[in-house]
Amino acid sequence: MAKGTWVVVDQRDGKIRKVTFELLSEAQKYGDEVTAVVIGKGVEGLAPELGKYGADKVLVADDDIFAVYNTGAFVAQMAAMIKEYDPAVILFGHTTMGRDLAARLAQKLGVGMATDCIAAEISPGKGVFTRAIYAGKALAKVQVEGTPILATIRAGVMEVVESNKAGEVVKAAVAATAGDVYQNVKEFIPTISTRPELTEAEVVVSGGRGLKGPEGVKVIEELADLLGAAIGASRASVDSGWLGHEYQVGQTGKVVNPNLYIAAGISGAIQHLAGMSSSKYIAAINTDPEAPIFSVADFGVVGDLFKVIPVVVAELKK
Amino acid sequence: MKIAVCVKQTFDTEAKIVLKDGKISGDGINLIINPYDEVAVEEAIRIKEKQGGEVVVVCAGGDRATEAIRQALAMGADRGVHIKVNDPDVDEYARAVMLAEVLKEQGADLILCGHVAADDGSSQVPTRVAEILGLPHANVVTKLELGDGKAVCTREVDGGMEVMEVALPAVITCQVSLNEPRYPSMKGIMQAKKKPIANVDAVAVESKAKIIELALPAAKQAGKKIEGEPEDTGKQLAEWLLNEVKVEVKQ
Repeated sequence: MAKGTWVVVDQRDGKIRKVTFELLSEAQKYGDEVTAVVIGKGVEGLAPELGKYGADKVLVADDDIFAVYNTGAFVAQMAAMIKEYDPAVILFGHTTMGRDLAARLAQKLGVGMATDCIAAEISPGKGVFTRAIYAGKALAKVQVEGTPILATIRAGVMEVVESNKAGEVVKAAVAATAGDVYQNVKEFIPTISTRPELTEAEVVVSGGRGLKGPEGVKVIEELADLLGAAIGASRASVDSGWLGHEYQVGQTGKVVNPNLYIAAGISGAIQHLAGMSSSKYIAAINTDPEAPIFSVADFGVVGDLFKVIPVVVAELKK
Repeated sequence: MKIAVCVKQTFDTEAKIVLKDGKISGDGINLIINPYDEVAVEEAIRIKEKQGGEVVVVCAGGDRATEAIRQALAMGADRGVHIKVNDPDVDEYARAVMLAEVLKEQGADLILCGHVAADDGSSQVPTRVAEILGLPHANVVTKLELGDGKAVCTREVDGGMEVMEVALPAVITCQVSLNEPRYPSMKGIMQAKKKPIANVDAVAVESKAKIIELALPAAKQAGKKIEGEPEDTGKQLAEWLLNEVKVEVKQ
């Protein structure tokens, strides 16, 4: 009978994404053995770090073929290990790697799946997952039955707790072969930024139409850097070309849930509110006292961001 | 080149969600092509304009899905296939099986999709379709170059961009930054009325993931709102950040 919870480790060049630790912490609640599954090249050394956050075991598939993530080899490896070890639940981070791998694997296994989940209830043979649909305008509980139960979990929603488990290394036989590879990765161009990634940031400072141009971007950047924050954008400032689409928060951009979200010059269109209103604290600065953003803001300032933000910056520097 | 584009009809992203009898109500909602799929339609048309070929739009949905297909035809696609699906809660597994069944018959050189749907946000269906058809896939593509029976895709990955090559036929999913979709011209709209749409029944397949409950999130309460001189309001905001949120200030 299938048993145990697997957490698929999301890493690049040995650097583990935080969502992996969130999932290991979450998996403690299911009362079953927790295995971190790490597929890569030269990754065995990650075991102690994975143990610290809750991995009883660390299942390692180490080979040159896994040096760079490619769907075909990873799916073949996962399928072979699932067959051998028969896990009950497999969790992935809802990252570009996690959702790519999980979707193709789910279809290969012929199972249903819930993706981008914000809560999970696991019982034998059944998973009930909460998903924020319409970018958070509604919540759906999705039930998946059978084995294994697959789900991808949104980054930043599960709390990280250290539990200092053994992290005992189990070496898996390498099952993927060159014939499984159908994507030829030519190049990786890392984003050079001193700021955190938008979907992982504790603080996000976003700008909208009120930025009026590149000068406005500089204003929010100064505040962001003071707070160690990521920069975000509304559709208006992306469409105007002041910030790239990768910064867009909302239904056609990214959904964020930081500890603090500062909306500067953003009116708060419903599609933007959907992407950020689950933030713990929200501050808004807008010249229009009737702007919808104020309906979700914990602290709203009616005023011109070009005048208000420099004062905030000066005060914070004191 | 024969290109198939999968489109999903979704609620307008500005739509407010209302529950009626425990279900999401579509009453009075403006329906659109999923914005990410619209980018896929545009990309397919641009490829056709450059190197010739045919663009087939495939849509699984209820009766109103014809509107989405007509819009894609008005943009410049050549013909449509409407897979009749009346259950809006059909899951990603079943949807992929239905689409793959039709795509198999079409035998396209390239299958384009949006990388995610703005309604359910699942990001599963195109990748599942690729698995069923045994084709390579590339997800979240922001730049696409075709040649020599292959596609060179620049795509968004965590922490940066990646350049990846896949052999055709392949399933490629589009990010909105790939292009700016055109508005259909009046001529395009007129021509679209004469373009063929084939109606097919969906292959019988059971959903595996089931929605058992829908709810609206708790409305967030508006907090404090202050007006006044920036010297004063800015100072109050800074104090709130320091004392209430307890932000760390990096000097």
